[in-house]
Amino acid sequence: MELSPFYQELFESLNRGLLMSVALIIPSALGGILIGIFAGCLRAFGNGLVRTLGNTYAAIFRGTPLVVQLFILYFGLPNLGLYLSPYAAAVTGFILCSGAYQSEYIRGALLSIKRGQYHGAQALGFTTLQTIFWIIIPQAIRRAIHGCGNEIIYLIKYSSLAYIVTCLELTGEGKTIATEYFRFTEVFTIIGLYYLALVSCAVLILKKIEQRLYIPGFGHK
Amino acid sequence: MTTRQPLLKVAALRKTFDNNPILKGVSFELHKGGIIVLIGPSGGGKSTLLQCINCLTIPDGGEIEFDRQRLDIHSRPALYQHRQDVGMIFQEFNLFDHLSARDNITIALRKIKKLPRREADERARLELEQVGLADKAELYPAQLSGGQKQRVAIARALAMDPKVLLLDEPTSALDPELIGEVINVIKELAAKGMTMIMATHQISLIATLADHILFMEDGRIAEQGSPAELLGAGCASKTQGFCDRLNQLSGE
Ligand SMILES: Nc1ncnc2c1ncn2[C@@H]1O[C@H](COP(=O)(O)OP(=O)(O)OP(=O)(O)O)[C@@H](O)[C@H]1O
Ligand SMILES: [Mg+2]
Repeated sequence: MELSPFYQELFESLNRGLLMSVALIIPSALGGILIGIFAGCLRAFGNGLVRTLGNTYAAIFRGTPLVVQLFILYFGLPNLGLYLSPYAAAVTGFILCSGAYQSEYIRGALLSIKRGQYHGAQALGFTTLQTIFWIIIPQAIRRAIHGCGNEIIYLIKYSSLAYIVTCLELTGEGKTIATEYFRFTEVFTIIGLYYLALVSCAVLILKKIEQRLYIPGFGHK
Repeated sequence: MTTRQPLLKVAALRKTFDNNPILKGVSFELHKGGIIVLIGPSGGGKSTLLQCINCLTIPDGGEIEFDRQRLDIHSRPALYQHRQDVGMIFQEFNLFDHLSARDNITIALRKIKKLPRREADERARLELEQVGLADKAELYPAQLSGGQKQRVAIARALAMDPKVLLLDEPTSALDPELIGEVINVIKELAAKGMTMIMATHQISLIATLADHILFMEDGRIAEQGSPAELLGAGCASKTQGFCDRLNQLSGE
């Protein structure tokens, strides 16, 4: 079966865009989690200054639209002599934004761990840092995992904003074709299906991770 | 001849929470192999005293001398070392929820004592065997009964080779039918010569285990002595009265 030139071109572009989307999403998701854990710890356990720093970070990146953040990273930073490629600007923006949301889930989970867990560790001679690292964080991650997974699903969808800093991913590639052929309905329906597939994959992977981390007493298998 | 040094010496220990004096100068000595039982009305400061001894709560004043060394409560390394030497058993067990019974025991061995995994596992196996839970090593706290959790907690504390064990009402959170298994473990420890300080309302433990009773009330030691002195026939001590009330409550 031969595809029409329109569809040939569309799928070629969308597949290229899909690769770019994946290349955006994976480092952003991982980076977001790492920053989230770090910032979440600072916000939960830091002393005055450090905590304020963490809170300010979260407030800024949760409080402003991602589009504005991306514009500043891509079009604003050059004024300060800092040039980011479209890809670098997009990933940086996504990591910082995602990290802010993740830090919220992580912080909540860290604060939900009962005092007894600290007492149990400290009575054995654990230092505060050892207690947080070996006892509190492993439990908090399991409590935060649903929220963090949800944030990653959001990230997959807001990664489409990369095209506004000229990083052509799934949405950007599709939009180019749609404009060229003036066939918006078909193109965006297919883009939607691509995202649906991406999210479904992510849901599956997250479920696998949850199963791997499952421990009796922490959620359901 | 009682010239030998006490293992633990507490002098004029004070602690205030939000302007409420909770410990108002508590002093006592504990010799190696000795067992002190702390009793007294709720809110009297028993838990606070125990937590001050291993500095889970930092005392506001007074001195702690352990193994002939004055404890410097401002030195973190000294505190961490002190806590390794002083085991603690909590009313609510405080097992690490994300670790199996085995790893509850091995984690401190591996991360603090830097034992290799295999040695730590072997030690955990021995300790679990001692408390009769050799077959439960793989289970997580959520899969254990209260009595089993408390026995794992005891195994976990013992694996650190503490010189003294503090027990804060180790059986109070247990269903009546599970108390016996924990009491048996504690009695075995006593028979092996473990030095202990235990807060408890368990009559059977007070009379049979204690070689010294501290009756705490309102942040002070109101009365102290051997079980014979305080609970002997015809003695009208506060301790006696308190134990009588406990007996009535437990319907004996
Ligand atoms: N962290 C804290 N902050 C404020 N007050 C506290 C704190 N810990 C204990 N207290 C107070 O200290 C008093 C003594 O408490 P403690 O737990 O030492 O008594 P207890 O003798 O162990 O009583 P129980 O038999 O009920 O366990 C109580 O009035 C309690 O409210
Ligand atoms: Mg108490």
